[in-house]
Amino acid sequence: MDNLFDKLMEDIRFEEGLNACMNCGVCTAICPAAEFYSYDPRKIVDIVQSRNNELIEDLLKSEQIWYCGECMSCKTRCPRGNAPGLIIMALRGLSQDLGYFTESEKGRQQLAIKRTIGESILNTGYCVYIDGISPEFHPEQGPTWEWVHENRVDLIERLGGNYKGDGPGILRKIPQETLDELKKIFEVTGGLERYEKIESYSKKKAAEMNLDFDEGIDNEYFSHIYKTNNGSHTR
Amino acid sequence: MKNEGKKAVWSEYQKEIADDKFFYVRSCIRQNFFPGSEVAFLRILKEVLGKDVYEHPCHTTCSGIGYHGDIVPFETAMTVVARQFALMTEAGYENYVPSCITSFGLYTEILDTWHHFPEVEKKIRKNLKEATGREFEAPKNLAHASDVIFKFRKEIAAKAKYKLINKNTGEPLRVVDHIGCHYAKMFPSKGVGGAEYPYVLAGMIEEWGGQVIDYPERRHCCGFGFRQYLVQANRGFSVACSKEKFESMQPFKPDMIITNCPGCPMFLDRWQYVINEIEGKQYGQNGEGIPVFTYEEVAGLVLGFDPWDLGLQMHQTDCEPVLDKIGIEYSPEDKYKLNSLNHSQPKHLVVNV
Repeated sequence: MDNLFDKLMEDIRFEEGLNACMNCGVCTAICPAAEFYSYDPRKIVDIVQSRNNELIEDLLKSEQIWYCGECMSCKTRCPRGNAPGLIIMALRGLSQDLGYFTESEKGRQQLAIKRTIGESILNTGYCVYIDGISPEFHPEQGPTWEWVHENRVDLIERLGGNYKGDGPGILRKIPQETLDELKKIFEVTGGLERYEKIESYSKKKAAEMNLDFDEGIDNEYFSHIYKTNNGSHTR
Repeated sequence: MKNEGKKAVWSEYQKEIADDKFFYVRSCIRQNFFPGSEVAFLRILKEVLGKDVYEHPCHTTCSGIGYHGDIVPFETAMTVVARQFALMTEAGYENYVPSCITSFGLYTEILDTWHHFPEVEKKIRKNLKEATGREFEAPKNLAHASDVIFKFRKEIAAKAKYKLINKNTGEPLRVVDHIGCHYAKMFPSKGVGGAEYPYVLAGMIEEWGGQVIDYPERRHCCGFGFRQYLVQANRGFSVACSKEKFESMQPFKPDMIITNCPGCPMFLDRWQYVINEIEGKQYGQNGEGIPVFTYEEVAGLVLGFDPWDLGLQMHQTDCEPVLDKIGIEYSPEDKYKLNSLNHSQPKHLVVNV
């Protein structure tokens, strides 16, 4: 079995984020996620620095590592210069590389982020694009957003944007040659490999859970991971 | 003047901000939710201040939301950013100005990584060359768009039509500033005032006549938390964070909130609507919400731009209470006017009542 601590050390953010933690708990005191979730970044750093392979494996399969919001408030406050948020990012990366992310409800959500944000990056050149921010998936955006979304062509023009237009400007169409460059970057740097791993491990999990799995967002597994909250995550 | 005494003490909280020839890169979130703010930024820089600002049509997302959603590896994000730097280099610019705090945080993280690990920068250069054939120089100056407005806050004040003052009482408006986590929490030396005394928005507020409110949860995250909002099942975290801030600021009776990030104004605006829908609670005065603005919107209002040119009709929490307090002239009937053919309006026109 791989030594998981060594694998974490291959991530430069882990090297940067973990010095000797003295377990003072300041990170937990300042952490917005620890206020809301059953979450304690101090314990996570303590487990990681124990170098105990079994405990680290449990962590990679746990809900715990998906509670952080990556606000990085912990980095400012740690008296030893640690960054639990960076350690979390390294843990999440390794959890996805090894396929452990599908073992937790929160981890399984990575497919939803890949299918929305991830595919938007490669298909549009934007992390999010107004066409895809539907009121149906975003009821919290309220009635004004419904109006904005319905009238986006006229409204963006009214405000001086360049909706799907050529050249520079707000919400311009990103040229195909640029999208080709982005895709090539993802291919060369492991971005596409990450996407493929998220897809293949998720497909396997969907079969285990007896949920229909298909491309896009209109299928049983996507709907399940996007909307399910078993209610056991908060304090 | 010698760098000693108070000047020396505060020098680590200062930041060098270029004063012209900016290479501007847009924000994914801001273009969708606050397009008028980016239009206003360019109008202020180019038309009001006479600066040279260049936007390359082939720049893209920095991939930051994907990076912090943990689906985009660091190496990929670094190479995407390196491509943005290459576009700047090819266009002959050196002063890089992102319109987004997530981007700004990612750029500072990448430049810091390259500083400490030169072999990583070398690898990214190789990646970029292999993927695109491009080469780059790192920016000579990296400033967030709000840093640039902060730098020119006095020039804007000198040309202002309005001040952040209640026209009926003559008192300064009470303003909450929300800096956004990735502006200075990760790399304090890269933000005006650092992580302890962030002054980028407070400086604008004070210069334009307002009064900055200090309150217990002033530095708390708005609740975006990337995956904590992006996935519907997690949004309880997001609204809970904003609620904590509203509860904390309410006793200080803020007239308005001014924000630094692209995402924060959207969350602080929309979650007020959601909390009102769920609990029937409003946090502003007279049963209204607290209007939330971007710094470009506030700069534009101060300079006398039309509120509907700034895109304030896209806010869910109505901005009119602040416009009325300042005495800004606006046409209520033009709020949702689009063109001669389209006369649509949102279903619920006023949510604050």
